[in-house]
Amino acid sequence: MSAASMPAGPGSSAAVPEPGRRIGDVILAVENISLAFGGVQALADISFDVREHEVRAIIGPNGAGKSSLLNVINGVYHPQQGTIMFMGEKRHQMNPHKVASQGVARTFQNIALFKGMSVLDNLMAGRNLLMKTGILQQALYWGATQREELAHRRRVEEIIDFLEIQAIRKTPVGRLPYGLQKRVELGRALAAEPRLLLLDEPMAGMNVEEKQDMCRFVLDLNEEFGTTIVLIEHDMGVVMDISDRVVVLDYGRKIGDGLPDEVRSNQAVIDAYLGVKH
Amino acid sequence: MGAFIEVVLGGLMAGVLYSLVALGFVLIFKASGVFNFAQGAMVLFAALAFARFSEKMPMPVAFLLAMAVMVVLAMLIERLVLRSLVNQDGIILFLATFGITYFIEGLGQLIFGSDIYPIDLGLPKEPKIILEDTFQGGILINIEDLVAAVVAAALVLGLALFFQKTATGRALRAVADDHQAAQSVGIPLNRIWVIVWSVSGFVALVAGIVWGSKLGVQFSLTLVALKAIPVVILGGFTSVPGAIVGGLIIGVGEKVAEVYLGPIIGGGLENWFAYALALVFLMIRPEGLFGERHIDRV
Repeated sequence: MSAASMPAGPGSSAAVPEPGRRIGDVILAVENISLAFGGVQALADISFDVREHEVRAIIGPNGAGKSSLLNVINGVYHPQQGTIMFMGEKRHQMNPHKVASQGVARTFQNIALFKGMSVLDNLMAGRNLLMKTGILQQALYWGATQREELAHRRRVEEIIDFLEIQAIRKTPVGRLPYGLQKRVELGRALAAEPRLLLLDEPMAGMNVEEKQDMCRFVLDLNEEFGTTIVLIEHDMGVVMDISDRVVVLDYGRKIGDGLPDEVRSNQAVIDAYLGVKH
Repeated sequence: MGAFIEVVLGGLMAGVLYSLVALGFVLIFKASGVFNFAQGAMVLFAALAFARFSEKMPMPVAFLLAMAVMVVLAMLIERLVLRSLVNQDGIILFLATFGITYFIEGLGQLIFGSDIYPIDLGLPKEPKIILEDTFQGGILINIEDLVAAVVAAALVLGLALFFQKTATGRALRAVADDHQAAQSVGIPLNRIWVIVWSVSGFVALVAGIVWGSKLGVQFSLTLVALKAIPVVILGGFTSVPGAIVGGLIIGVGEKVAEVYLGPIIGGGLENWFAYALALVFLMIRPEGLFGERHIDRV
C-alpha cells in the first residue's frame, strides 16, 4: 500500500514489494535517549528502532526535537542519558567523523555542501573514507593512487546518472538552484555507500515537481541499493506515502510510533498537529 | 631600455621571494580560515633548524631533518592549540597565532641560538651579465635569485596540482569550504590541520632557506612576513596563484617606483610602496585579484 499510491514520477509506482518481505533485522536501536541544552529539554526518554532496508520517518511539529534526534544519531550531540546500538554494537562517545566511518551518511536541513567545489568534487569528497592511499603516495600521484581515483570516479558517475545530474557535474555547487543543491547533497551522502542514510528534510522548500523527483530518488535507492533511510519530513502526504514506519515527536517526547495508517489515526498525534481545546 | 628591463627583472626576483612567504599564509587560510600570524616565525624557525643541522651533516639530510622538525611542530600546534579552539571565531584563532608566533620565535632561538647563521647553497654569488648583444651594457642578473624563482615556480605548480588532483587535496578544499559538512563525510579535521600546517611548514622551510642564503639566518627574517601581508591582500587570501601574481606585482612595483618615482617624490619609497598599494586594493577590490567574491542571496 505504501508507495504504490504515490502520485510520483515515472518508475516509482512500479511493483513495490510488501514491507514485510524485504525488511530485515534491527540495524539501529535508540534506547531511552535524553538530551538537554542547559534548562531546555530537547529530547526526553526517546526509544525507537530502525530495521534494515526500511524507510523510517521522524515527524513532529516545529521544535519537537527531530533534528536533535538526528544529530544524536550522527554523533554531533551527546545525549546525557540513554544508549545507541548500531549494527549490534553499543556505541560509545562518538564524533561525526567516527559515525561516518561506521557507514552512516547524512544530509542537512540547511544544505551543507562544499559550495566552491564542483558537483563532481563534492561527490568525490563524499567517498573520502573509501580512499585508501596515503598522502605521500598521492603527492607523487603514482600507480595505486591513479587507479583508485579512476575506480571511485566510475562509481561517482553512476550516482550522477542515477540522480540525473549529468549536465551539471562540472558546475560549482554554489551556483545551482536550491532544488538541485538538495539533490547533489543526497548524491554526496550516497557516494559514501552508507548502511544508514539520514535525511534531514530532503524536500523542504521544494515545489511539487521537485518533491516528486526527490520521492522517486529516495524510493529507488531504497529498493535498488537496499539503503536503510531515516528521514525527517514535514510534508505529511510524502511521509505517509514513502515511509514504512513513522515516529512522532512533540516537545521532545515520543507520542506515536508505527505504520503510517496507525500514526495517522493516533489521537495524540492528531492533537499535536491540530491543537487541543483546553 | 636595458636599464628598465633590469629593474623589472630585479623586481620579479624579489617578488618571487615575497610570494614564497605569502604562499604559507594562503595555504593555512584556505584550509582553516585562520590568518596565521606565525608564518614569519615559522620561516625563521625552519631556517634556523636547517642552518644549524647543515653545519653537522650534508645538506639533503639537514633538509629532511628540518622538515621532520616542522611536521612535529605542526602536530604540537594542532594538539595543544587548535584542537581546543575548534568552532571558535576566526578572530580567536588569529589571536592564538599571535601567541604561537612569540612562542616559536623564543623556542627557535633557545634551541638553535640567536646569532646570525649563514646558509651556503653553493650557488654563485656573482651577478651575471646576459643579453650583451641586444642591449648596450647587457642586463645584470643574479643567479641565486634565478634559482629561487625556479624553485618557487615548481613549488606553486606542485601545490596547485596537489590541491586539485588528489584525494587529500580535495579533502583540504572541503574542510576549507564547510567544517560541518566535511566531518559528516568522514574527513577528520585534526588530521587535515596537521597536514595543512606541515605543508605550510614545508613552504616556510623553502622560503627560509632561500631568504637565509641571501640575508643570513637571523631574527629579522620574521619581518619578511610583514612584506607578505600586502601580497596576500593583493592576490586574495584564498588563491595560490594570487600569492604568486601578488608577489610579482609588489616586487616589480616597488622596484620600479623606487627607481623612477623615487627621485621625484623622495627616496625610501621601497619601504612603504607595498602597503600603499595594498590599501588601494582594499578600497577598490577587497577580495583581491583572485580571491573568491562573496555574493549573498537576499
